[in-house]
This record gives sequence, structure tokens and C-alpha cells, in this order.
Amino acid sequence: MANSLIQIHELVKAFGLMPVLRKLDLGIERGESVALLGPNGSGKSTLLRLLSGLSKPTGGTISVGGWELPREAAAVRAQIGMVSHKPLLYENLNARENLRFFARLYNLPAANREQRIDLLLERVGLARRAGDLIRTYSRGMQQRLSIARAMLHDPEVLLFDEPYTGLDQAASAMLDEIALETRANGRTLIMATHELDRAVRLASRAVILSRGVVAFDAPTAGMDTAALAAKYAEVTA
Amino acid sequence: MKTPFISAVLAVLWKDLQVELRSRELVGSMGLFALLSILIFSFALELDRIARTESVSGVLWVTVVYASVLGLNRSLAMERDQGNLDALLLAPVDRTAIYFGKLIGNFIFTLVVGLTLILLMTVLYNLTLTRLWLIVVLVLGTLGFSTVGTLLATMTVQTRARESLLPIVMMPVALPLLLSAVRASTGILNETPQEDWLAWVQILAVLNVVYMTMSFLLFEYVIEE
Repeated sequence: MANSLIQIHELVKAFGLMPVLRKLDLGIERGESVALLGPNGSGKSTLLRLLSGLSKPTGGTISVGGWELPREAAAVRAQIGMVSHKPLLYENLNARENLRFFARLYNLPAANREQRIDLLLERVGLARRAGDLIRTYSRGMQQRLSIARAMLHDPEVLLFDEPYTGLDQAASAMLDEIALETRANGRTLIMATHELDRAVRLASRAVILSRGVVAFDAPTAGMDTAALAAKYAEVTA
Repeated sequence: MKTPFISAVLAVLWKDLQVELRSRELVGSMGLFALLSILIFSFALELDRIARTESVSGVLWVTVVYASVLGLNRSLAMERDQGNLDALLLAPVDRTAIYFGKLIGNFIFTLVVGLTLILLMTVLYNLTLTRLWLIVVLVLGTLGFSTVGTLLATMTVQTRARESLLPIVMMPVALPLLLSAVRASTGILNETPQEDWLAWVQILAVLNVVYMTMSFLLFEYVIEE
């Protein structure tokens, strides 16, 4: 754990007097694909927000790639791409303009900015609709573009916060493909989800949060959905 | 690793201008509100020409302030509604760069409405409002309101009662700006000697520096949860 890409030690997050994470410890190695599971309110989204620097911990430490949060948040954010259930896009801009804006925010070199945007639009199957305003896109198309936005700066770590919410089968399949590709490329993926079968299929490790701590943590290799479901029921009861 | 400050400011500004050019949502609603306001004031004060001359700077500034509140609410709500504020905060940029990008955009939109108001009021009130010093005061006043407003709107947009909360929070803070702007404008329009109103213009400039420094220091705390 000492050399893990992501190191979380005794992490506490409270909203007012209500603690959501209670001295949570977790280490994630480079290239791991982690499914973050747990009932509503168990702290999955809070943990992802803390990892992305969107939220500050109440106590404990987090480091990503050797950079500490929140002190070196800008360095951490440069390594992280996030896809959430909200698209995080501007609906009065078209796909290309959205990606151009984020490319500038992430300081992508101007020389290969357009090339990178073209590549990603092609990858998420939106090259032909690149000039259309986002407000004309379906939920699935918006989410595909959201993935392109998250991958724009080729981040070391991808955070998925229940990104499948409201997606049709084609869009879900594309997201699955990207998750597997991320894993194959040696990038680190942390995915908060309620779908146990997807967790077994896409992740190399399952982490179940319950009442703000890690209640279960094991590799998914050799585990089927039924076994994970049984474990889930046991630790979240 | 961090995006240069100026690049981030320009990226946010350019995005806001692009969105506004396409939707005309902010300037459109601010402009319509301003037009209706001065028409109502025009009808209400029609019977008394002296009162109209005396109150024209008050009408101008009350309209500019409320139009800017309308615009500020929309500008920040646009970031909040689709979670775009999170998208901005995820980028490796200084929080204050986001603030200045939003501020410059809001200032430009409010100034456009203010300048249009001056032209409209010149016609409707049959007074010469197109004076260089009045435009200087308008620039300083709208910059001040945008400076305070962008900071406070970032706070209020995260609450449920954001539409009503912003004017309640903003008015007491912006009162010194409003007072200085009205006093300076009244002096300019009544053609009183420059030494009578120049001090108000100077106070307005100093208030801008104070508010901008405070906003620069506070924005990072305001934007965090």
C-alpha cells in the first residue's frame, strides 16, 4: 500500500455533524480497475468527490500519484478524469466547442488539440454530430461526449460516478468498452456503481463500502455475480 | 501542470461569450427587463418633468443593478444546472481564474445593457445622457456590481432560494457602490462643477479595487462546499 498510486488513510468526511466516511483506509495500485459498491449513502460518491479534489476531507489523508490532497489539488486534478451521472457539458455549445473549451482549460498543446478532439469524437461515435448543439443530443450521446471530455487530457485515473444512470443499451455497451479499454491500457479506473454483474465483468477488484468504511475488499477474479451479491448482502445488512 | 492563469481566464470568458452569442439568454433577459423598467419609470414620472430630470440617475442605476442581478443569477445558474461548476472545478486551474473569467463576461454583458439604457433614456427622457464622464461612471459602477455580484451569485446559486437570495445578499454589500454611482451621475447630469462630483468617481474607483481584492481572496472559500 505504501507505493500505491492512490493512498487513503483514516479518511473522514462529515457534513455538519453527520459523518459519511469514518476513518476509511484504501490503497489502489496503478492499472487497477476498482468497482466501488455499497448502498445509497454509504459514501461512494463522497469518496470520488474527495479523490477528484471537488471536496475537502474533514480528516485523514489522500494522495494520488504522490500528490497530496487538498494541498496539491491542481496536480491531482490534472491526472484525473471524471464521468458522473450529470454530463458536465454546455448545452448551448456543440460537441467540438465543448471539447475545445475543456482542452484549453486542461492546457492541451494547441498544435495537437484538434487532432485529439477528432480522435475522441471518432472513438465515442460522435464525429458526424460534432457540429450539433448538445441540447439536441440524447442522454446517451451526452454521456458519450462526457466520456470524451473526461479522457481529453489522457488522465492517469478515471473516476466513474454511476455513469450508467439513464443510459440505453448501446451507450452502456460503449461505456463498458471504454472501461475495459482503460483497464487494458494500464490506466486506473474507479467506478461507483450499484450493478454487481457489471462490477464482476469490468473490474479487477470489488470494494464494498458500508457505513463509511470499507466492509469488503477482494479481487473479482474467480468471483461470480451471485457470490458478490451474497457478500454484499452480508456486509451491508 | 497547472493551466496558466491567463489561459484559464480567457478560456472561461470565451466560452461565456460563445454561449451568450448563441443563446442571447443573459443580454436578452437583462435588456428586456431594463427596457420595461425605464418605460414604467417614464410613464410614472411623465407628469413632472423636473422630477424626471432629478431622478434620471436613480432610475438608470436601479435599472442597471436589478438587470445585473438578473444576469448574474442566470450566468451562475447555467454553470450549476448541468453540474458544469464541477466540470470547471475538476480542471487544473486556479479557482480565481474561473472567477475572473466569469466576472469579465458578466461585466461585458451588464455594460452592453447599461450603454443601451443610456441611449434609450436619452430618447425617452429627452436628456443628454451620452456624456464621457457618465460612461466612465457606468463602466466603474457595472464593474463594481459585477465584481461583488459574481462572488455572491457563486454562493447563492448553490442554495434553493437562489433567485430571491442574491438581491437580498447583494444590496447591502453593493450599497456604497450604488450611492457613489448615483451621486456622481447626478452631479454629471446636473452639470454641477467637477469638484462637486469627482470625489464620488474616485470613491467608486477605490471601491472597485477593494471589492476586487476581497473577491480574489474569498472566491476559493466560496466555491468550496
